Amino acid sequence: MTFRKYLVLAGVTIFAAAGDSLLAYGMRQVGSVSWHHLPEIILAVLNPWVALGILLLLGFLASYMTALSWADLTYVLPASSLGYVLLALIARFWLHEHVSITRWLGILLISCGVGFVTQGPALTHHPPSAVPEECLPAVASTRAEP
Amino acid sequence: MKHVYTWSAIGLIVLASTAGDVLLSRAMKQIGDVGELRRRSGLLRVVGGVLRHPSFLLGVLAMTVAFYSLLFGLSWGDVSLVAPASASLTFVASAVAAQVFLHERVDHRRWLAAVLVASGVLLLAG
Repeated sequence: MTFRKYLVLAGVTIFAAAGDSLLAYGMRQVGSVSWHHLPEIILAVLNPWVALGILLLLGFLASYMTALSWADLTYVLPASSLGYVLLALIARFWLHEHVSITRWLGILLISCGVGFVTQGPALTHHPPSAVPEECLPAVASTRAEP
Repeated sequence: MKHVYTWSAIGLIVLASTAGDVLLSRAMKQIGDVGELRRRSGLLRVVGGVLRHPSFLLGVLAMTVAFYSLLFGLSWGDVSLVAPASASLTFVASAVAAQVFLHERVDHRRWLAAVLVASGVLLLAG
């Protein structure tokens, strides 16, 4: 794992948390959309907070796909779940919401999970069985001979 | 009856998100490390290759199904049940699916991480 790869994982976490928060903030300004006026949801993207939220969620998708190109799914999913912790910390220290003991315990469990998974290897190395015959060394090519 | 609808929606969200994650992961593994590919052939070719990959398109379709199931789930059940239950079950389901379909080596460390994160998410919403 290089510093660049940790930056990509941080990008997954931060873009998802910030994108979701901005989307929620913007949708609160737009108001609830009823089933009878569904097209209103398309106009919701004109709200600057919703538009910015969507932009950040596109950033999340790009960094998530980048992380999946060099790490296992079972590595990326827990490693990027620090976003839940980030959201709880934003709620406590920026929005001054009350964070209960249960939630602090949840934060502790997620942090432990992230710590566990990031200590291990990021990618499963499969045996090179997909290598074409002509690329294999001479030992392999003699296998077919009588 | 509303209870059945809510849990059906949660089941569908978990199934669709897990399928989406597995398909996106498969697409990106087949394409390769995008950092190296970008240096070799440029950003536009990498983005074009990703957008045309069948597993990527199917993955996005599955994610869309998950998103709309979440919307329906939220209209039937409480947000404090639907959101955390589906998110935490998805962590565990993804670990099983990654082992079966992507042949990832999910050792004790990764199982423990998936279960810890899933439990943490449940507690955060509590």
